[in-house]
Amino acid sequence: MTSIDTRPAPDAATVRRPVPVRLLWLLAVTAVLVLLMAASVAIGSRGVGWSDILAALGGSTDNIGQAAVTKRIPRTLLAVVVGAALGLSGAVMQGVTRNPLADPGVLGINMGASLAVVAGIAWFGLFSATSIVWTAIVGAAVAAVFVYAVGSLGRGGATPLKLALAGAATSAALTSFITAVALPRGDIAESIVSWEIGGVGGATFAGIGTVAPFLVAGLLISLLSARSLNSLALGDELAAGLGERVALARGVAASGSVLLCGAATAVAGPIGFVGLVVPHLCRLLVGVDHRWLLPFSALAGACLLTGADVLGRIVARPTELDVGILTAIIGAPFFIAIVRRQKVREL
Amino acid sequence: MTAVLTPTPSTVDTVARGRVRRAARRRLVTTLLALAVLVAFAVTLMVGRTFYPPGDVLRVVLGSDVPGASFTVGTLRLPRAVLAVTAGLSFGLAGVTFQTMLRNPLASPDVIGITSGASAAAAFAIVVLGWSGTAVSVTAIVSALGVALLIYSLAFKDGVAGTRLVLIGIGVAAMGKSVTSYVLSKAGAWDFAEALRWLTGSLNGSTWEATVPALLALLVLGPVLLRQTRALSALQLGDDTASALGVRVERTRIIAIIAAVGLLAFATAACGPIAFVSFLAGPIAARLVGPNGSLLVPAALVGALLVLVADLCGQFAFGTRFPVGVVTGVLGAPYLIYLIVRTNRAGGSL
Repeated sequence: MTSIDTRPAPDAATVRRPVPVRLLWLLAVTAVLVLLMAASVAIGSRGVGWSDILAALGGSTDNIGQAAVTKRIPRTLLAVVVGAALGLSGAVMQGVTRNPLADPGVLGINMGASLAVVAGIAWFGLFSATSIVWTAIVGAAVAAVFVYAVGSLGRGGATPLKLALAGAATSAALTSFITAVALPRGDIAESIVSWEIGGVGGATFAGIGTVAPFLVAGLLISLLSARSLNSLALGDELAAGLGERVALARGVAASGSVLLCGAATAVAGPIGFVGLVVPHLCRLLVGVDHRWLLPFSALAGACLLTGADVLGRIVARPTELDVGILTAIIGAPFFIAIVRRQKVREL
Repeated sequence: MTAVLTPTPSTVDTVARGRVRRAARRRLVTTLLALAVLVAFAVTLMVGRTFYPPGDVLRVVLGSDVPGASFTVGTLRLPRAVLAVTAGLSFGLAGVTFQTMLRNPLASPDVIGITSGASAAAAFAIVVLGWSGTAVSVTAIVSALGVALLIYSLAFKDGVAGTRLVLIGIGVAAMGKSVTSYVLSKAGAWDFAEALRWLTGSLNGSTWEATVPALLALLVLGPVLLRQTRALSALQLGDDTASALGVRVERTRIIAIIAAVGLLAFATAACGPIAFVSFLAGPIAARLVGPNGSLLVPAALVGALLVLVADLCGQFAFGTRFPVGVVTGVLGAPYLIYLIVRTNRAGGSL
């Protein structure tokens, strides 16, 4: 048995940044997001002049360039919304499970939402956008409960590595089921498989409008549970001692997180690793206080996904690269780095 | 008390009898498995849209010209069946080698991303570069070895802990899958069948051209791996014990890794990463054969049987023709979860 990594936990002084620093970072991240949104509208497989871009933003679609830009606007908005949802969802999930490896993708919760949607479409003829979102959320919730149950069996409860392993196995299982469910339906199989990679290419304002209420609800629940997440971070006993109703707080926060990632998956497919990377980076910027961490994670998630989407359009010109592929390529090394830092005992 | 005075049957006798019994069981199970593989192989050749009786099939295989059957059996079904057996044996052997060497059933090459590395490279070589044949296999094997080395070095930190290796492998596998998706989408034509081949594995459209390299690799590397049987069993006892037993630990390990990765890469280049076969073969073989002794041969046979039966099911059991990888995936993934549940229950702490 080898026990590894005895690095001391960083003390409170180093993880709590002073308020001016945090405000500065807030400004910086917002500025980056605005820049990325501008880039996302301006950059694409067709080069469009600035005058046309401005005209298109004003609502005009007189020539092909302006029409192309008009198509990019909902796409940009979707990337921002989905990125924010995933980043926030990941941050809440890491808080609830006190697990640095928690992420809607790593824990297989996105895949639960996907399987529910695919089965709903293939077997029960779901077609209305709202019912798809509901199905996705139910699927995400079931997957979350299942993975947590499997991961917390046995000694030591839900340790990070056990949860991640349970999540990876569940993802693998669900991916197989999705293919098996989708294949017999030749008419929809291809679109399902390409949706399964995760992307924001097919964005419409109507689609965003359908998920918006769910995302707003999830956002509010998540942000309101920031304070209880701070207590939970001290450990269950201490949190209970501080007057926190631990199970309730955990359930509420988790439901917010599931709402967010279920709804995001319903519009954009299962995009992995955003919720993993973003909270870790934000902790470096603003510290561990969830009242700051949660909004920051949402902002930074939006930046990451919009940036990845722009990058996908640049590297694969003249076609484009689905954003889910890029987030996995960026996020997986990050996942590996965190795994390497975990304490592991050889079985 | 008289019991103390009566001579008990000697321990040596008990051990020896146990050994004989287990050896007999191993022989029986291995023979039955081999027979089952033969039967499944024959059924694959006979059954299809048209049924051909065993006589016709045998004549085609022996080289005579039978109207109708020659094309269907000789050109369509035979390469498919041979590739199924070859890939199954290769995946089974490679999987059980890794599981034995790392002493962890989760550490099979498809779970820890080696197969998906090979698959990404093969897809790249075929779809983007337009290569075929040996060049593809070489690309696959180089990339699979690279991935294996990468995972091992990333997981190494005061020794390799099994769980960390598995999780790092899962991360690497996610990257491999993304690279495969990227390659397929960059090729422009997102061909659904082609995509499925490289993501879950499929035997559809098997040709001799793809089958022969995999078969040759099996004929060369299989015996190399089988010669290490004894040494691999000793490695299970831990490095120190193994070297005390006269095993050259590092040499065994390097030979086994190269041979196993080679088998895997050649098979993957031919039919894609057939999901979970290398993960399932070892544990199933262990159940059948019982404790003790090497699992290499039984696991290889189980692998071949799995691929053949899953392919038959995929083709004929449902209204749709499923690629073999989808069937093995649906079978294998719940088993993966079950294995994790059992490990957690047993109190293995991670």
